[in-house]
Amino acid sequence: MRIPSSRGPVSGALLELLETSPTDTHTDLVEALHERTATALRDTDDLVQDDDLQTALFLAYELRYSGLTGIHDDWEWHPAVLALCAAIEAPFERTLRERAPMPELPAPGVENVAAALFEFTGADSGPSVSRYLAKKATDEQAREFLILRSIYQLKEADPHTWAIPRLRRHAKAALVEIQADEYGGGRFDRMHAELFARTMRGVGLEAGNGHYVDVVPAITLASSNMMTMFGTHRRLRGAIAGHLAAFEMTSSQPNRLYGNGFRRLGYDKDVTFYFDEHVEADAVHEQIAARDLAGSLATDEPELLEDVFFGAAAGLYVDGLAGAQQIDAWTARASALRVAETAGLRA
Amino acid sequence: MTAPETQPDAQPATRWDDQWEDHPAGAAAAADEPVSITAYPNGPLLVRGTFEILTPTGEVIPPRRKTVALCRCGVSTLKPFCDGSHKAIGFRTEQEPPEPQPPLT
Repeated sequence: MRIPSSRGPVSGALLELLETSPTDTHTDLVEALHERTATALRDTDDLVQDDDLQTALFLAYELRYSGLTGIHDDWEWHPAVLALCAAIEAPFERTLRERAPMPELPAPGVENVAAALFEFTGADSGPSVSRYLAKKATDEQAREFLILRSIYQLKEADPHTWAIPRLRRHAKAALVEIQADEYGGGRFDRMHAELFARTMRGVGLEAGNGHYVDVVPAITLASSNMMTMFGTHRRLRGAIAGHLAAFEMTSSQPNRLYGNGFRRLGYDKDVTFYFDEHVEADAVHEQIAARDLAGSLATDEPELLEDVFFGAAAGLYVDGLAGAQQIDAWTARASALRVAETAGLRA
Repeated sequence: MTAPETQPDAQPATRWDDQWEDHPAGAAAAADEPVSITAYPNGPLLVRGTFEILTPTGEVIPPRRKTVALCRCGVSTLKPFCDGSHKAIGFRTEQEPPEPQPPLT
């Protein structure tokens, strides 16, 4: 990924450090990063919406995915970078646990867990970006929607794949079954991330991973960071399973509406296929995720039951905030992106 | 580099297919495996295995994925596949196991 811009003292200090060689010891740069992180965490009004801290975490995490152009790959496991992640992750997780409204936990058992997840995700009555897109969105708003989605969708499925070696038995097999489909059954042109890239190109947007990071708000980075945090910590394997279940369970019908929105705006199947594919795919995935993945995991490891629902609740909470911000901006005839002029983003 | 030691008493590796006595060994084994259809509570039927879905006139509906979900509630807009609509209509399936069929007379 090309290097995103700094958004403040922490992401700035991190970028300054990353541009040096990981084999040299830049004590001053490491100390500056450490101090600025402590200050920013102490002073932030809202870590979930903090541009600087979410950008810093996003940069550090990207080293675990496609890397950062021109930055040495050894930084991924460098103690200074891991310390930064740990410093942000602990309060980030704590904030999500405090804020995400949890349902009453069901009794253990595959069917109980699946039924409770369906009930919980079905009760989500937040503002609906999908209905807005289907009925009202302008062409420009529809492009903004794709730009915001691109942060995750161009690496679609990757954060949940981290969980595969951390699961056992039925839960592992279920996750593999879902992820194999996400990756197009092994066919490059059917990989969901690739289908999304095709949609972006179809409306004239750039489809390079991370091309639009600089224009998305902190909440969009927080949504991606949350998934990476859940996926890359074995302790949080229950949360990543619950997150995937909730994501799949709130996806089928919205994708039908997204497809309808782009059809209403005059786009053909080159653009809408991604969404139409997800109507069918996620109707399969939600069953496997709720019952065979989350239900089996919570039954095999009952101590993870609460985290399964935490992952689901946190996903709905963060993506609900992101959606509400988009709709608020659009109904006020403003841009949902960080910079007002989207004209410059068009190819 | 040293050459691998030869083991005169080595047995041929066990074939994957030989692990299951009720499944015939050999290339045809995968095709002979029964298709599984799982009824998901309050939801669709998930079909796994090697299968074809045909239209009433016998044309094959090309599958887009290995595991498919077939509509059970009747309101999917993608029939025969599920599109998640059963949740919107509150579709419920019976919890108890199926009753034995009465004998044909």
